[in-house]
Amino acid sequence: MTVVRNRLALVALGVLALLVIAAVFSPLLAPDDPAKQQLLARLEPPAWEGGGSLAHPLGTDQLGRDVLSRVIYGSRVSLLVGIGAALLAGVVGAVCGLFAGFRGGWPDRVLMRFADIQLAFPSLLLALVIVGFLGSGLWNVVLVLGFTGWVAYARVVRSEVLSLRTRDYVTQARATGVTDLTIMRRHLLPNVLPHLATIATLHIAAAIVAEASLSYLGLGVPKETVTWGSMLADGQLYLGTSWWVAVFPGLALMLTSLAINITGDALRDVADPKAYRR
Amino acid sequence: MTAASVRPAVTVRTPKSGLLRHILVRLATAVGVLLAAATLAFLLVRLSGDPVKLLLPPDATAAQEATLRAQLGLDQPLIAQYGDFLWGLLRLDLGDSLVYNEPVSQVIADRIPATLELAAGALVLSLVIAIPAGIYAATRRGRAGDAGVMTAVLLGQSTPPFWVGILLVLLFSVRLKVLPASGYGTFAHLVLPAVTLSVYSIAVIARLLRSSLIDVLGSDHIRTARAKGLGPAKVVFVHGLRNASLPTVTVIGLEFGGLLGGAILTEQVFSWPGIGRLTVEAISRRDFPLVQAAVLFFAAAFVIVNLLVDLSYSLLDPRVRTQS
Repeated sequence: MTVVRNRLALVALGVLALLVIAAVFSPLLAPDDPAKQQLLARLEPPAWEGGGSLAHPLGTDQLGRDVLSRVIYGSRVSLLVGIGAALLAGVVGAVCGLFAGFRGGWPDRVLMRFADIQLAFPSLLLALVIVGFLGSGLWNVVLVLGFTGWVAYARVVRSEVLSLRTRDYVTQARATGVTDLTIMRRHLLPNVLPHLATIATLHIAAAIVAEASLSYLGLGVPKETVTWGSMLADGQLYLGTSWWVAVFPGLALMLTSLAINITGDALRDVADPKAYRR
Repeated sequence: MTAASVRPAVTVRTPKSGLLRHILVRLATAVGVLLAAATLAFLLVRLSGDPVKLLLPPDATAAQEATLRAQLGLDQPLIAQYGDFLWGLLRLDLGDSLVYNEPVSQVIADRIPATLELAAGALVLSLVIAIPAGIYAATRRGRAGDAGVMTAVLLGQSTPPFWVGILLVLLFSVRLKVLPASGYGTFAHLVLPAVTLSVYSIAVIARLLRSSLIDVLGSDHIRTARAKGLGPAKVVFVHGLRNASLPTVTVIGLEFGGLLGGAILTEQVFSWPGIGRLTVEAISRRDFPLVQAAVLFFAAAFVIVNLLVDLSYSLLDPRVRTQS
């Protein structure tokens, strides 16, 4: 089981490496400008289907734009939103969790109650309403997904800190007059980092899917930006005749989410061998 | 799917001083959630700029703008608007939809049956598939059958509902031409949306049931049951399943929010005339009374489901009852 898992994790890492390469080197890799419309080459099928050509290996969409180029460029938004949201949520969540867990008392209770309430709210709806009314835009999406995602980090960090703060080395640090801030930074944070990394990985996948969902609903990133979600929404209209417009961005999205989730599970096995050995 | 699916550890709380106190605390939290949701919805739609400008054509005069603003109560100070809003909330009067020109409660009520139908279909499918799959995987832990189920679970959890929906449409509506790709009314219309919505919850329920069943099957009372010669089926169904159902039910309650998000996307894929689609439309058209009401509706649905989950503990776990 472990060997199979590790092999799977290696494949997943390979997929992720491809994704990062695609996002960083989009202009070099994409055969075409993703926004270039060629109205004479609309809805051309992929190269291997009858009527397709190597000029557009994965075909073209309803405006004659090259699907492969758009899938490659779409990885940029996905990766940016995923990593941005995870960083933001991770910092906010870790600070809240460290503080709440270490200090305890009423700030802890207030913070955790607030977390409960936020957790009680469907996060897609929250993101939808906020983005819908604050206006769409890449950074708004990152902000919204960052602030809707902090709860998971805060809870895990807090529960870890609760058990760490009674350890001898923390008591000793306190006895020798080390300030709380230094204890949190030097003694607690390094110990919760592996857990943070695991949650962040899973959160990146969740944020990528959430961004795609918002863009699919037409409320995420503005139309001019190439995203897998809006490609799916466009492609759905042409499913009856031109499956490739929707299928390739969908495959890219699913593979990305799958690869990140597999990597996250593998990380969890490393960080916390007991938790997932079931 | 969204951030909520980064799952924190779930702890099953047991009340310290009785069921009544427990229920009271839960009710207070429920009211808190609703009030927070209401306030959030109220603030968001007002922070987003002037809805009057968006509702009127660009060439409207200042007088026309002022009339509409007064009509919508937007000329009042924010705190007065908030007071009116809360007072309306108490009387279940949330104003009229700007697009439909009828009370928002009516607009929402009209869409409830479609959403309920979809949710019920998805729930039945989820339970019928996930429970046997979870039991199967738990009793074959570490073997090929278990690995197969867990792979399917991973796929189901990583696949956004709109992508599942599009694939199903491609296969069953475009290629095989056996089921309609959108619309509402007959049983055939329900099949693809219900399957789409159930994929994620099947994965979640199966995974949870598997892991809690594995925990339970390793405990002492199961060993005793086996030692006294009980057959494997009886051990799993009589002694294992009931104990494993508690943590599973808890998390189903927490996952309900994810399910609501899935319903919004599923309704959009299949043009299903439910509340999810209504909400997306209301947001795009800046129908702010309707958005407020829809947000509240979702929050209320979530709160009620979780209260029911809480109460079901006392049915599933006698220890909760005897402590009161």
